[in-house]
Amino acid sequence: MSIQSCVTIINEWDIVAARQLGRNVAKELGFGTVDQARITTAISELARNIYLYAGKGQICIDKLNDAGKAGLRIHAADNGPGINDIRQVMEDGFSTSGGLGAGLPGVKRLMDDFHIESETGSGTQIKATKWLR
Amino acid sequence: MRIPILKLYDCLLVSIQWELDDQTALQFQEDLLHKIHETSANGVVIDLTSIDFIDSFIAKVLGDVISMSKLMGAKVVITGIQPAVAITLIELGIGLEDVLTALDLEKGLEKLQQELGD
Repeated sequence: MSIQSCVTIINEWDIVAARQLGRNVAKELGFGTVDQARITTAISELARNIYLYAGKGQICIDKLNDAGKAGLRIHAADNGPGINDIRQVMEDGFSTSGGLGAGLPGVKRLMDDFHIESETGSGTQIKATKWLR
Repeated sequence: MRIPILKLYDCLLVSIQWELDDQTALQFQEDLLHKIHETSANGVVIDLTSIDFIDSFIAKVLGDVISMSKLMGAKVVITGIQPAVAITLIELGIGLEDVLTALDLEKGLEKLQQELGD
């Protein structure tokens, strides 16, 4: 079972909207302040990646309920240029934009489950889940 | 909205009270450097007590403004980092090493005075 809400990412303000949506859902589900910060930060990194590299995409927040286990899933999707070498972008410090290169490996550490799929020329899909303990 | 920068003797005081968007963060970077230049301040305290998350972009802007201030001759102390912010920054892989920090504004001002040697 899952209930979903989405934010379209086109400009910098949409990054703020996406993390506010995520924080509200995390609060609603009963996540503590540290997990709320983890989720908000993860959404911010994923939304910024869409804005920087794909130009346009979507962040969806799903409330999960899997056999009594509650969780929050971030689904980031874009139809941008895709990622050539996924292994490289998962390395700490790798960046093509002059950033810190902390984004994707950081999101993986902040969340419990992390799944990335990307095809050059057709876009990137990332799903990251945090379970309520 | 611009972040207010207050002058207190030879120091500047900044308290970030709301969630930073990219533009506000970049504007703040520029404003702080101009204010240092204008007032000849030799120390800055940036208080983050009200901030409940910092992502890699904000961390980079903060780290950069600290280095830029140093180039101009001003020392920066960051205060009030919340437990949740400290945890997520380290998990992100951002240690903000070489950055002067203190628990709260009061301790931050003390640290700055020590660093400035008076």
